[in-house]
Amino acid sequence: MKKDLVSIKDLTADEIRHILVTASTFKDVLKRDIKKVPTLRGKTMVNLFFEPSTRTRTSFELAQKRLSADVLNFSVTTSSVVKGESLYDTLRTIQSYGADYIVIRHPCSGTPHLLSKIVRASVINAGDGINEHPTQALLDAFTIQEKLGEFKGLEVAIVGDILHSRVARSNTLCLRALGANVRYVGPPTLIPTYLPKGIRAFYNLQEGLRGVDVVMALRVQKERMDRGFFPSEREYFKLYGIAEERLQMAAPNAVVMHPGPMNRGIEISSEVADSERAVILEQVTNGIAVRMAVLYLVGGADA
Amino acid sequence: MTKELLNKKDIDRILSRIAHEVIEKNKGTEGLCVVGIQRGGAHLAKRLVSKIRTIEGTNIPVGSLDISLYRDDLKTHRPLPVLRKTDIPFDITDKRVILVDDVLFTGRSIRSAMDALMDLGRPAQIQLAVLVDRGHRELPIRADYVGKNIPTARNENIEVLLEEEGKEDGVFIESP
Repeated sequence: MKKDLVSIKDLTADEIRHILVTASTFKDVLKRDIKKVPTLRGKTMVNLFFEPSTRTRTSFELAQKRLSADVLNFSVTTSSVVKGESLYDTLRTIQSYGADYIVIRHPCSGTPHLLSKIVRASVINAGDGINEHPTQALLDAFTIQEKLGEFKGLEVAIVGDILHSRVARSNTLCLRALGANVRYVGPPTLIPTYLPKGIRAFYNLQEGLRGVDVVMALRVQKERMDRGFFPSEREYFKLYGIAEERLQMAAPNAVVMHPGPMNRGIEISSEVADSERAVILEQVTNGIAVRMAVLYLVGGADA
Repeated sequence: MTKELLNKKDIDRILSRIAHEVIEKNKGTEGLCVVGIQRGGAHLAKRLVSKIRTIEGTNIPVGSLDISLYRDDLKTHRPLPVLRKTDIPFDITDKRVILVDDVLFTGRSIRSAMDALMDLGRPAQIQLAVLVDRGHRELPIRADYVGKNIPTARNENIEVLLEEEGKEDGVFIESP
């Protein structure tokens, strides 16, 4: 594998499949009494979060600790960024700590790419603006494989705010590389004007969910909504919220996913979120195993 | 240049002998279990257990161990390390574990395997059985049961082929 994981495009389909297989071994490790292996002992990992995050940061931190690495957390509120240090200088400072791996989340798309060109360490993108969130897509793929087996011919509906969603972008790349079909469902204001080849858009939820195997609800990202993309949250829920009666159109064994954090009553109803179909907590558990696999495999011998 | 050192019959005889030695040394099969290191050792472990069953009529638990996560040479090894399953469906705590590997060389794999076992439980004892001991130890490790001692040069390569991998049983030495 390459030195960095900035985009799903850094991976071949075989490498994606290899990550998923490796993750299942790490999932076994997480079921043991001693949930830790000495694999990356002595490696320094820096988690640079320029945007609030609970689950991605804790998931990475736990994955790193389970691999016996030394972890340094760096979040924007407590750092010298508030004193006006430029991103470039912050990154060079981190490099001087001798970091072997840098996990970065940043509100500006492309920051991980820039970072990967500056530092020797392996850079892993934990979400950059509206661009990509590759480890989320990998853990979603892992969860889908666990629940449904094959990707070939699978119909996946990504529902909601596609426009601002790095999760949607990475998932689209990842799922299509694995052979699944992806469709977007949401209000016209939140679906990109130009769609990738082969992607269909549905502005009507009932139609969009017809026969799908996976329903991926996206969070309505209030922090990125600077204009009126839809009239009200109540109306959004009425038209695009994933509720039990809307799922009748989907395949009988369809699963419902959500990358979290959820807004209950906006993009998903409480009943669905707590139902048998929902695999939202499995996604969280699998996230640790998948991130362990990524940290283990990124770089590789010839990087 | 490749030369055959052991054939199918030799390997079978060696496993029969080691089975007897294991039973003799441990005065039976009480509290014993067998764990093979992936992949060669895992196959040999299963064969060893079936030999012991034929001799003693007892079934002893057998498992397989992947040591990749415990290696000290990650990143110098292969471009895409492949993890295999660790499948030990029994508790090894207070058991006497017979660790099985195909080739004993530097001893580093065995060190990794012992660390991996320790994370799974606290065995009463670990004994080591190997099909081939080719020397060149880098750690103070020795085997309790050795199939065959084969003096080698460092740059020679020992290859163990097994039926379970779709090959005919045999041990070969390759000289550059």
